[in-house]
Amino acid sequence: MRITLRVWRQPGPEAQGEFRTYEAPEVSEDMSFLELIDAVNEDLLEKGEEPIACDSDCREGICGMCGVMINGLPHGPSEGTATCQLHMRKFQDGDLIEVEPWRAAAFPVIRDLVVDRSAFDTIIESGGYVSVSTGSAPDANEILVPKSASDAAMDAAACIGCGACVAACPNSAAQLFTSAKLAHLNLLPQGQPERWDRVEIMVDTMEEFFGSCTNHGECEKACPKEITIDFIAMMNADYVKSKFKNRRRLGQKKAG
Amino acid sequence: MLTETRPSGDTSQKPVPPRRQREKSGIWLVDFYTSAVGKKWVMAITGIGLIGFVLSHMVGNLKVYAGAEDFDHYAEFLREMLVPIFPRTVFLWLVRGGLVMMFVFHIHSAISLARLNLQANASYATKRDYVAANFASRTMRWTGPIILLYLIFHLADLTWGVEPAATAVFERGEAYANLVASFERPVVAGIYIVANLALGFHLYHGTWSLFQSLGVNNPAYNTARRYLAGGVAAAIVIGNCSFPIAVLAGVVD
Ligand code: SF4
Ligand code: FES
Repeated sequence: MRITLRVWRQPGPEAQGEFRTYEAPEVSEDMSFLELIDAVNEDLLEKGEEPIACDSDCREGICGMCGVMINGLPHGPSEGTATCQLHMRKFQDGDLIEVEPWRAAAFPVIRDLVVDRSAFDTIIESGGYVSVSTGSAPDANEILVPKSASDAAMDAAACIGCGACVAACPNSAAQLFTSAKLAHLNLLPQGQPERWDRVEIMVDTMEEFFGSCTNHGECEKACPKEITIDFIAMMNADYVKSKFKNRRRLGQKKAG
Repeated sequence: MLTETRPSGDTSQKPVPPRRQREKSGIWLVDFYTSAVGKKWVMAITGIGLIGFVLSHMVGNLKVYAGAEDFDHYAEFLREMLVPIFPRTVFLWLVRGGLVMMFVFHIHSAISLARLNLQANASYATKRDYVAANFASRTMRWTGPIILLYLIFHLADLTWGVEPAATAVFERGEAYANLVASFERPVVAGIYIVANLALGFHLYHGTWSLFQSLGVNNPAYNTARRYLAGGVAAAIVIGNCSFPIAVLAGVVD
């Protein structure tokens, strides 16, 4: 099939960007979206032009590198998949596909479709850890975890940090990402010692970069891992609890 | 062959610096309110209070259908609420004070969060295709100010009796007559109807949203929440719009 691509090209962070149109006359419907871009890039290289820069790594929906805005939808039209898992059979012969990088003030464009998502790393660094005793390996299954808690934590842990939730949000809020990272640790016994400090610091760090949630629910629909906004509710409840719990440790300095 | 698709060279990038610094306060309530999540809590809690007010206001006003005597008697009752625990009108003023506080915090948090969001946002050059956001959620920033303007008009019309919002025949204490005289002006009746539609949309998203902001939702009840929001919005729109329509139709006069 024949596809016309309208792609955002921007040579560097400070440079002015613009859309350029590329024709891909022989696209197989078994190709993934990234393979389509590879094909276009092969053409560009042959013509001696600069290829389109876009992130990718695993190409199987587990690393979170590849997200772009495809026809106004983060990761494109199929639900619960990352850009690398989007196949061209979702499109029709002769389609025009518009591709744009994530847009958020905290996600500056590095080049073309590549944005800097290091703000996510800063959020995780602030509290996304658990403390463990070093020494000899603990016995397996020494710490019992309720099945429901491990299932829910696993759902949250599915977040690949792609940034589609921020990209989808009209407020550029990172609530879905942060709440998934929090729930992942806060639901498990291993995460309890730092739980209330973690909630406070990670929410505060998030707010240094991103907007505030107005409960549209766009993030949940965009998320390739189908993380639900129920995790955001849990984060909101935990945040106010953290204010009580952290205050109760009379006169004690907070860890970290 | 894999093509080179990553920007090559520079790997020494520094992380994106924070966009703003929050003022930390030692007083935990103040500290809580300076955070965006905290402001959403305040919005939700004041929202619950205001929804309660709007609902009881509407239910109370249904007495207009019982006739002038009952309606004026109800208006008088409001002034005598909790007498003799409080002197006459004192409790009413306490309620009014509480409502003003709720409005102030609701609006202040809304404005500061909206400003935060405008700063955090960068717009797309291509057309964004919204999947989950609905008309109500996307227009909160417009329905809010419409409701505030309408509230001022409404107070000027039926509480303070300030012309031109109020009619020339306004008389303090004559609640029923004032209401009928006001709604007999088709333009005013139109304003009330439009404003209450805006209120309905605002309450639809607000009622659904407040559970999320407070973190008290349960996935099992997420669908029920939608119905609750629809029910609250519908009750307000139908109830409040019925008054001007009834006056215009001559059912109430
Ligand atoms: S919550 Fe979903 S959309 Fe957001 S970063 Fe994680 S995987 Fe991506
Ligand atoms: S390339 Fe890893 S998620 Fe798409």
